[in-house]
Amino acid sequence: MSESKSQAMGPPEWTEWGLAIKPVYGPEDIDGTPPPGRPGEYPFTRGPHADMYRGRLWTMRQYAGFGTPEETNERFKALLASGQTGLSVAFDLPTQLGMDSDDRQARNEVGVVGVAVSSLRDMERIFDGIPLSDITTSFTINATAPVIMAMYAAVAKRQNVPLSRIGGTLQNDLLKEFIARGTYVFGVDDSLRLTADLVEWCGATTPRMNTTSISSIHIQQAGANIVQEMAFTFLNAITYVQTLVDRGLDVNDFGARLSFNLAGRLHFFQEICKIRAARRIWAGIMRDRFGATNPRAQMCRVYGGLSGSPMVPQQPHNNILRMAVGAVMAALSGLQAVHITPWDEPFAIPTEDSTTLALRAQQIVAFETDIASTADPLAGSYFVERLTADIQRDVLALMAEVESRYGSMLEAIKQGFPQQCIADEAYRQFKRVESGEEKIVGVNVFAEDGDSPMAVLHTPGAEVLAAREAVLTDLRRSRDQDRVDRALAGLRDTCASERNVLPAIVEAVESYATIGEITGVMAEVFGRYQEARQYV
Amino acid sequence: MSEVASAALARRVLVAKVGLDGHDRGAKVVCRILRDAGMVAIYSGLRRTVEEIADIALQEGVDVVGLSVMSGGSVGHTGDLLAELGAHGVAVPVVVGGVVTERETAELTKLGVRAVVPVGAGEAEVLAAFEETDEH
Repeated sequence: MSESKSQAMGPPEWTEWGLAIKPVYGPEDIDGTPPPGRPGEYPFTRGPHADMYRGRLWTMRQYAGFGTPEETNERFKALLASGQTGLSVAFDLPTQLGMDSDDRQARNEVGVVGVAVSSLRDMERIFDGIPLSDITTSFTINATAPVIMAMYAAVAKRQNVPLSRIGGTLQNDLLKEFIARGTYVFGVDDSLRLTADLVEWCGATTPRMNTTSISSIHIQQAGANIVQEMAFTFLNAITYVQTLVDRGLDVNDFGARLSFNLAGRLHFFQEICKIRAARRIWAGIMRDRFGATNPRAQMCRVYGGLSGSPMVPQQPHNNILRMAVGAVMAALSGLQAVHITPWDEPFAIPTEDSTTLALRAQQIVAFETDIASTADPLAGSYFVERLTADIQRDVLALMAEVESRYGSMLEAIKQGFPQQCIADEAYRQFKRVESGEEKIVGVNVFAEDGDSPMAVLHTPGAEVLAAREAVLTDLRRSRDQDRVDRALAGLRDTCASERNVLPAIVEAVESYATIGEITGVMAEVFGRYQEARQYV
Repeated sequence: MSEVASAALARRVLVAKVGLDGHDRGAKVVCRILRDAGMVAIYSGLRRTVEEIADIALQEGVDVVGLSVMSGGSVGHTGDLLAELGAHGVAVPVVVGGVVTERETAELTKLGVRAVVPVGAGEAEVLAAFEETDEH
C-alpha cells in the first residue's frame, strides 16, 4: 500500500498561479465583475453562438495520424464511422519540418508521432474515399502549413470539390514554435511573411478554412501556468493580427477565420473560466485595439479539450477516468471542437480502440447528460464569475507588463522572456509534484508498488520506412521532372520577391515536388533558424 | 573550498536533445535538478545530430552525457550516439531519458547505458542516474 506525501490531504487551496480559492463564494464576490451577458453577443463570454450546442453540437475532432498515409486513411475512416464529426491530422516530425521520409535526418522519426507526408500523392492517399465536401479537417502543421494547404486544395480539385467549399483549420502558429514547441524551420520574420501569405491566399481561395489556430496548449505543456499560457497566446495573436493589418488585409475579413487551440488540464474550473475569460479578452482586443466591427471577427472560436500532460503512465486506467472528467470540462466550457487525449498517450501512439473511447467520452457527455442542453450553464455562479474576472484581470496584467517592458511580443521573444518564464514555471511545477503539494493519483499519492507503466501498445516498425522509401523512389521516377524543376525555380524566385508564395507552392505541389524539395528551396532563400541561446 | 575551486571540480553533465523532437521541458528540468545539486549542466538545445553532441561532450569535457528522447526511437538514437562518442574518443557513461518503454529499457541496458530515466521520474531518480559512483 502506498504512502501519501507529508501534505495534508485535501483539495487544492490555490489556483495554479497563486490565487487563493475560498471555501465559499457568495454574491459579494461577484460585485463589480462584468455581467455574463448572453451567448452570441459581444463580448461572447457565454459562447460565440446564441443557441450554442442546441443549434450545433461541438465538432468531435480527435487528433490522429501515424505511419503511412494508407494506415492513417484507415484510421480516419474508422473514426468517422464511430461518430467523429471532423478530422484532425497528426503529422510526423519530418513532415512538420519539411523533410522527406527518406531524408537522412528523418531516420528514426518517419511515421512515429504522426503520418508521413512527403508529396501530394501521400495526401491523396490519406483522403482516399473521404469526400472533402463532407468533412472539415484540422491540420497540426506550422512551418510547412503552406505546403499542406496546397496539397489539401489539390486533393479537393481531384475530387471535383470547389475550393470555396473545403473547410477546416491550419494551425499555422509559428510564434509558439519559437517560444515552446521547437518545430520552426525559418526565422521569425520569414515565418510571419509566410503566415500572412497563407491567410491572404486562403481568404481569396479557400474562405471556409480557418487560417490559424493560435495555440496556448503547447505553451502550457512546456511549463507555463494558465495565466502565462493565455497572456503569451494573446500576445502572439496580436502580433499576427498586426502583421496582417500592416499588410493591408481587412480585420473584419481575416478576423473571422482566426481560431484558437486552448486545450487544458484538470484544473477544472480554472480551465473553464480560462475559456470564458479568453472569449471576453479576445473580443475586447479585436473590437477596441483593432477596430473590428464584424461580430464574427470579434468572437473567439476554440478547439480545446483535454491535453496530454494530465495523462500519466502509472496506473494507466486512471487516465480513462481523467478522460471523462476532461470531456465534462470541455462541454461546460462552450468549445467549438473537442479533442480528449486518449488514455494510452503517455507511452504509445493511441490505438483505434483508445481513440474511439475518447470519442465515446464526448458522446456520453453530449447525449446522455444535459450538460450541452443549455448554453454556458455555469453562468452566474459566484465562483465561476469571480474566477473568470480574476483570470481576465491577471492575463491582461501580464500582457500589459510584457508590452510595457519590451514594446512588443516579438521583442520579448527575441530577449527570451516567455521562454525563461516557461522554463522557470516548469521547474516550479516539478517541485510542487516532488513535494506533494500538487497531487497526482498513482504518482505521488496512492502509488502502488510494482506499477509497471511503460507497456508498448503501438510503435511503427521498420516496414514503415521501407514503404516510404519505395513510394518516394517511385514518385521521383514517374513524375514530370522538367515541370518539377521549373516549379521549384519559380518558387525560389517568388520567395526572394515580395509576391505571395502560395501560387508557386501550389504549382510545385501539383507537379509532385516533395515537401523536402520545396522546403529546401525556401530555406535557400530564407535560411534556417538557429536558437541564439538556451533558456533553462 | 572557494566557489571557483568547487565549480572547477563540479561534475559536468551534457543534457542533449537528439533527433527532430522539440519537447525539451524534461531535459531543462533535469538541468535545473542537476544544477541545484551542484553539478554543471550544459543543455545542448534542440535538434542536435549525434556528431554535434559528441563534439560538445568532447569540447566541454563532460563526465556524463544525458540523452533526451520524447518522440520514441531512443534505441536507434542511442546506438548512433554511442558509436559517435566512441569515434570522438569520449568514454563517458550515457543516461537516456524520456519516453522509453520497458522493452527499449532492456535494449538500452544491453547497449551499455548507465541508466534510463523515464517520464515522471522524481528528483532522487534523476540524481542517482547522474551522480558520481565508484565506477564513474
